[in-house]
Amino acid sequence: MKAHNPSSPSSAVAAVAAAVEQPTPPTGYEAMAPVPWRIEAVTAEVADGEVFTWSLSPLESQGEPLPQPGQFNMLYLFGIGEAAISVSGIPGRDGTGCATLSSPPPLAGGVVHTIRAVGSVTRAMQALSAGTVIGLRGPFGSCWPVAAAEGRDLILVAGGIGLAPLRPVLHEIAARRRSFGRVLLCYGARSPRDLIFRSELERWEEECEIELRIAVDRGTAAWSGHVGVVTELLDRGGFSGRNALAMICGPEIMMDYSVQALRRRGVPKEAIFVSMERSMRCAVGFCGHCQIGADFVCRDGPVFPYPRMEPAFRIQEL
Amino acid sequence: MSTEKAPRPQPERILEATQLQTLIELLQQRGYEVLGPTRDESAIVYGPLADVTALPVDCGDEQAPGVYRLRTRGDGAYFGYAVGPHSWKAYLFPPNEVLFRVHRDAAEGLRTEILGAPATPRALLGVRPCELAALAIQDTVFTQQAVADRGYAERRRALFTIAVDCAAPAATCFCAEMASGPAARDGFDLVLTELCDPPQHRFAIAAGSAAGAELLQALPTRAASAAEQSAVSQQWQRATAQMPQRLPAEEERRALLAHSHSHPHWEAVAERCLACVNCTLVCPTCFCSDMVDRTDLEGEVAERVRTWGSCFEAEHSYMVGGPHRHSVAARYRQWLTHKLETWHEQFGSSGCVGCGRCITWCPSGIDLTAEVAALAEHHGGSTAPRTPGGIHEGA
Repeated sequence: MKAHNPSSPSSAVAAVAAAVEQPTPPTGYEAMAPVPWRIEAVTAEVADGEVFTWSLSPLESQGEPLPQPGQFNMLYLFGIGEAAISVSGIPGRDGTGCATLSSPPPLAGGVVHTIRAVGSVTRAMQALSAGTVIGLRGPFGSCWPVAAAEGRDLILVAGGIGLAPLRPVLHEIAARRRSFGRVLLCYGARSPRDLIFRSELERWEEECEIELRIAVDRGTAAWSGHVGVVTELLDRGGFSGRNALAMICGPEIMMDYSVQALRRRGVPKEAIFVSMERSMRCAVGFCGHCQIGADFVCRDGPVFPYPRMEPAFRIQEL
Repeated sequence: MSTEKAPRPQPERILEATQLQTLIELLQQRGYEVLGPTRDESAIVYGPLADVTALPVDCGDEQAPGVYRLRTRGDGAYFGYAVGPHSWKAYLFPPNEVLFRVHRDAAEGLRTEILGAPATPRALLGVRPCELAALAIQDTVFTQQAVADRGYAERRRALFTIAVDCAAPAATCFCAEMASGPAARDGFDLVLTELCDPPQHRFAIAAGSAAGAELLQALPTRAASAAEQSAVSQQWQRATAQMPQRLPAEEERRALLAHSHSHPHWEAVAERCLACVNCTLVCPTCFCSDMVDRTDLEGEVAERVRTWGSCFEAEHSYMVGGPHRHSVAARYRQWLTHKLETWHEQFGSSGCVGCGRCITWCPSGIDLTAEVAALAEHHGGSTAPRTPGGIHEGA
C-alpha cells in the first residue's frame, strides 16, 4: 500500500473542494419521463426483506449514461409514484474513477439499487419480484469524489441504508486498492440484524484491506462488537487527519456528529463530503422541493463538500 | 429605475386609441390568440380578448395589504390600473400540465408517451414592465439551466408581447426599487405608453423586435410630437415618484437576509401567516411544482401531472419522518430569503420584481417589504444569532 502526499495542503484542499463533479443530466422531457427497465434479480438484505436490492436493466438500451457513485435514479411504479434512490452498484464500471464524467461511457451491465421499504412507493416496491417492469429516469446529481481520494486515507461513514450509496465507492476501492491509502469503513446500524451487504462486508475486510468498524444501537446475545453510535468508531482514529478524505451518508444528526468527530481528528472541513436527502420530485431543479439555501439537492447534490452544507447542519428547518 | 436615466429611447410614433382595435385585428390575422386584461366581476384578470371592448375600459384599482378594489376612473383609460391576481406565467408554466402518460403494455410491461403539443402562438397585450421582468426570470429558471423545460421553451418562442408602461402604480407596488419598472426597458415586441388626457386619447408606440417592427409598420401611426414625447417622460417620472422606497438597497438586503436565519421576527410573521399559499400562487416568478401521478379507472394508463406547488405547504418539504420545514416561520423564511437572497446565487437576479401581488392578496395583509424592514430594524447591525433556540450547537 503506497500513499503519496499532495504537494501542499492548501492546493490539495482546493482540488478536493472542486472534486464534486456534475455529470451532464438527461435533457428535455426525456429527463422528466421514465422509461421501462426490468427487475432482473431481487435480493433480501435483511431477514424481513424490509431492505432489498434490485438488479435492473433497460428493456431497450438507448445509450443510457453509466451512473457514477453517489448519483441517483428516479424509480417509478405504474400508478403509484416515484422515489429517488441512490445507485448502490454499477456493474459496468471498470474502476476508472470519475475522470470521464463530462461524457460518461454508456451503461453496460445494468444498475443496482438497494431500497428500504419505508414509504408508500418503496413499500409497494418491496412486493415486486424479478421480471417485473418498472420505470426509471436518470442518472441525476453529483457523485462522490473518488478520484480526489486517490493517494489519501479514505474514511467512509455510513448510517443504516446510507451504506448503499457508498457501496459503489467500496467497489471502486476494491478494484484498485493500491490507489488509496488506509481505507476505513465505519458503519452504524440499529441492530446486528439490520446490517446489510453482510457477505460483502466480510470480503471487503478480508480481501481488500478495508478496516471495518461496526456499531449497533442495540446488541444481541450473539453480538460481540461495539454497541453505541457510529461517531465513537471515528474517535479511535487510525487515519491521518490532514491527509484523509471522508465520505458520509446517513441521517443528518449522524452526519453532523461524524463531521465533529472527524474535525477532532484533524480532517479539514473541505475534505469531508456528505450526501444530503430532501424531498425530490423532478430531479432536475425545477420543482423546488429539495432546496437547501441556494442549492437544489437533486441538481447541485446530493453529494456536497461539507462546508457548502454547514448552514444546513447549524440552522434548523433551513 | 432612476428618474435621471431614461429606461429606453423616446417613442417616435403615435397610435390613436381608436386604432387599438386594429392592433388586435392585425395580431389575430397573424395567427395569434390575443390575451389581455379583462374585468371578471370585481377583479382584473387575464383572458382572451376578442376585441378592444373586452379590455377593462375606465377601470382603476385600489390596492393595499390584503385589499383590492376596482373603481371607475372617469377618463376612459384602457390600462389605468396596476396588476391583478393573475400573472402571465400561467400561459408558459401552466398550473396543470400533463408531462407524460404511461401505458401498460403486454409485451414490454410499460410504454411511455411523452406529451407536448405544438405551442399555440399567443400575443399578450398589456404586459406590465414588472411582468416582463418576471418572464425573463422564469426564462432563466426553465430554459437556461442544465436541463431545459421543452414545453416552456416552445410556448415562450410562440409568444408576442405588447408591453404597456405603468402609469398607475398601486400602493403595494415597488417595481422602481427592483429595477423592473414602471417603464419597460426591453424584452417586448411592442411597447405602448398610454396618454389619456380627454378628449385626447392615444398611445406612444415603439418596437423592440423584428416581429414588433413589422407589426408597427402595418399599423396606422403618425409621428409623435415633442409635447407627446415630453408627456411620456413625465409619465415615467411621475409613476416612479409615486412609489416610495420601501426596501434596503440590494447589497444591504442580501447581507441582512443571509444572516437573518435565527432572527426572532420570523416567529412574529408566523403568528400572522396562514400558510395559505396565496402569495406563491399570485407571484409571477414562483416556480415550485408538485407531481401528481394518477391512473384511469381501468388501471391501463397512468399520467403525471405537474401542478403549481408552494413552499408554504407542509407537504412541500415532506420526507420520511415528516416535513422538514414543520414550522410556518421556517416556511416564510424560506420563501422570503429565496426571493430576495438565494435567488441571486441560483439565477443571477432577484426573485422579486416588486409587483406587490403577494402583499395585496395576502389575507393577513403581510407586506414583505415591511417584514424586511422589521428584520433590519431589530438586527442592530449584528450578524450574531438572536435566539439560541434557533440553532443547534455544534462544532
